[in-house]
Amino acid sequence: MNAQVRRLFFVLVGLFVALIVMTTYWLWKAPDLEARQGNPQLIVQQLTIDRGSIFASDGKTAFARNRKVEKKQLGRTWYIRTYPSRELAARPVGYSTIERSRTGLEESLNDYLTGSNANLDTLFNNTVDKLRGITQRGNDVITSIDARAQKTAQDALAGQCGAAVALDPKTGRVLVWASQPTYNPNLVEGHFNQIQANAAGAPCEPAAPLLDRVSQGLFIPGSTFKVVTAAAALDSGAVKPSTTFNDPGYCIEYGKKVFNFADQSGPEVFGNVTFAEALENSINAVFCDVGKKLGARAVLDQAKKFGFYEKPPVELPSDEISASGLYRNGRLYDPSDPNAVDPGRLAFGQERLQVTPLQMALVAAAVANDGTIMEPTLVDRIVDPDGKVIRKTDPDTWKEAMKPQTAAELTAMMTAVVQGGTGVAAQIPGVQVAGKTGTAETGRTGENDTWFIAFAPAQNPEVAVAVALSNQSGTGGATAAPIAKEIIEALLR
Amino acid sequence: MTLRNRELVNLLLVGLLTAAGFTAVYVARSDVVSAGSLSYAAFFLALFVAGHVVLRFALPNADPFLLPLGGLLTAVGLTLIYRIDPDLALRQGLWVVVGLAAFALLVVFVRDYRTLDRYKYVLGLTAIFLLALPAVPGLGRTINGANLWVGFGGLVFQPGEFAKVLLVIFLAGYLRDNREMLSMGTGRFGMPSLKHFGPLLVIWGGAMLVLFQTNDLGGGLLYFSIFLAMLWVATARWQYVAVGLGLFAVGAYALYHVTPHVRERVSIWLDCSWGFSQACPVYDQGYQLAQSIYAISGGGFFGQGLGRGVLLTAEGNTYIPYLETDFIYAAVVQELGLAGAAGLVLVYLVFCYRGFKIALQAADGFSKLLAAGLTAALGIQAFIIMGGVSGLIPLTGITLPFVSYGGSSIVANFIILALLLMVSDRVNRERA
Repeated sequence: MNAQVRRLFFVLVGLFVALIVMTTYWLWKAPDLEARQGNPQLIVQQLTIDRGSIFASDGKTAFARNRKVEKKQLGRTWYIRTYPSRELAARPVGYSTIERSRTGLEESLNDYLTGSNANLDTLFNNTVDKLRGITQRGNDVITSIDARAQKTAQDALAGQCGAAVALDPKTGRVLVWASQPTYNPNLVEGHFNQIQANAAGAPCEPAAPLLDRVSQGLFIPGSTFKVVTAAAALDSGAVKPSTTFNDPGYCIEYGKKVFNFADQSGPEVFGNVTFAEALENSINAVFCDVGKKLGARAVLDQAKKFGFYEKPPVELPSDEISASGLYRNGRLYDPSDPNAVDPGRLAFGQERLQVTPLQMALVAAAVANDGTIMEPTLVDRIVDPDGKVIRKTDPDTWKEAMKPQTAAELTAMMTAVVQGGTGVAAQIPGVQVAGKTGTAETGRTGENDTWFIAFAPAQNPEVAVAVALSNQSGTGGATAAPIAKEIIEALLR
Repeated sequence: MTLRNRELVNLLLVGLLTAAGFTAVYVARSDVVSAGSLSYAAFFLALFVAGHVVLRFALPNADPFLLPLGGLLTAVGLTLIYRIDPDLALRQGLWVVVGLAAFALLVVFVRDYRTLDRYKYVLGLTAIFLLALPAVPGLGRTINGANLWVGFGGLVFQPGEFAKVLLVIFLAGYLRDNREMLSMGTGRFGMPSLKHFGPLLVIWGGAMLVLFQTNDLGGGLLYFSIFLAMLWVATARWQYVAVGLGLFAVGAYALYHVTPHVRERVSIWLDCSWGFSQACPVYDQGYQLAQSIYAISGGGFFGQGLGRGVLLTAEGNTYIPYLETDFIYAAVVQELGLAGAAGLVLVYLVFCYRGFKIALQAADGFSKLLAAGLTAALGIQAFIIMGGVSGLIPLTGITLPFVSYGGSSIVANFIILALLLMVSDRVNRERA
């Protein structure tokens, strides 16, 4: 019987070894499992970290901060995330919750906010905290958002479906990032249904209050895209601001007449005009002809120089940024055959173009900054719990969109738009504003996408701005330009 | 050093570990538990030293490792239960007192365990009776889908834990008497005659029937494994194991098709274990296993630390239902890590090693089979539940010996410990 007893022991040894192998297997799978639904492991650990705060550029207005749960529960001090400024910067700050994970800067800067970034200073702090038995503390983020102008923008957009974004064209620092309808981030945890209910009155369907319309909202650019077409035309040398065109009120494409923008008396007809006047009055027929002359390829190539077909490198999660460009069946579409695209309609921003307000702000910024686009940034600096700056954002060039000469010519043309063209509503006493309106037809009346992109002061730009609204019956000059004006005023004051 | 002095040293080491464990929990959870947690360790050590003193007088030649190993496992369980719910730990502590009392009574009053052999049929039938008790209307209590419990007033106990010990004693006695006939195979096709095999089949078949009636799959698997292991040890015929496993496969297949409960368990196991596919119903039927796997995977190499793991919700409930009983292995891995899990498994292996060693050295067949059977029962039970909790095998609900919360389980395991030490004492006395 002894031989069997020995073997029995070895069978047990084998079973127990298998058990340890299985346990090890789960350890190895841990990174995979942490992301699974209902796994409290990582979430609870993060709830016990004193997450850093997110501030406006003044370093005082808190967009997000932690509230300590005074009762030390179950061997852990719990921290609850609160958003003192409520809807103000719900975008781009985002939220950090247990039930619905994280979005916005809360997600993309999570490592910094939880103090789990691999920065040497942070690693040292964490080790010391651990040895002292202190809660792990995160780093604070100071954004470049101007709290006052942000409020102006949110209020100006209230009741609409749209977005406004403003940045410093010389540095790329984002100053305003507003999206409506928005949501109260304090409601995401536990009162999620209320967010949808609160947004129910918004004039768009679906209201999508969580959508970041600045970087994710796709609008038809309409006439604001004429700035891109004009840049292509001027840069190539084929056209000068003084080049004259004849506008019969329409342009002929594929044998059919495409009419200019129509008022009560029918389509506008301007007759003989210069290229500069064509931009000032936003004449579709002229740009249609320019587009046909340049070809779709050249226009799209110019668009790429502005950053179209790429996600602007702002510090948000990649899946919360959309690239601008032609879209087909909901997907970005870069035709290999230029004949697949209608160059005339492309030139005045229709065709199948879909762009984000962020991208159009960068177009304005390119003109403002002598043709150079700086990388857009939301973060000014990140500060560790001891107040030491561990990351400071330095301005960096993103794109060279056009020649400085072209930028100067476009500045003059866009200044004329505000002085006597379609954008007069954006005039500010004592400040020269350069801008371009856009009224894009969606094919349904009263549901136009309206735009205004601008920068000011025209000769020494400090602000570049884009405002986009959907479901409008008015023009860009009447609906979006006043909002852009308010934002510029708030920032230049 | 004499055997008993060695035992005392081992116990003191266990006492130190226990004190360290309770201190860790105290430091981590000082808001919930008090400095009195250290008195748990002192109380615990005093209990086992008392058990040791009893052995000093009654069984001076018994193995010096088994009591400290049992003590270590009990300490691990008590520490984790204390960490989960201090009130439960107090009750578990009381059950340890009862268990050690039963241990002392057996050791002192059963002068010769071999007399048990004489009552094997009575014990075997008692085992069946105990197993059938939960099915009696008015007595049985159903917990977590299995009706394994018997309630008298406020007290609830699980007769199956005791039936397990009685079945091993019966099998040891019966197989000793008939092992020659069974291993020769006088019947047709080399199989033994019904005369020798019959009673075995009747007792075992009865046990199985009752188990499936009560929906206790874990118990069924455990008793079947013990039966096969002991039959193999007694007869040295691998054919029995082969036929037994074949029967098991057929039975399992039939059960899978007949019982929805079994089908569900198997499908959860297939979906949630071995890769943890997206099909795992993490919020529904698979919740328990999924949470267990999450806790295990979150343990890392050295665990989150005692009292620091993610085991309780903000409301103080456990993420894993039945964490303190069936799922305590998940708590071990979460807080003590792979290192702690390996240590725990090693303790069970050393326990089995000492148990089987007693069987090897025993002179008579009954002692040999009894020691081997009891040891196998403990080892297999530990494997079935740890394997189930970690997703290695389909999950069935039984306790982790000495570690899980549960009075019946603790008392029954101390009875197993007492029987093993009694056999060991006789073995060492005869060898000396």
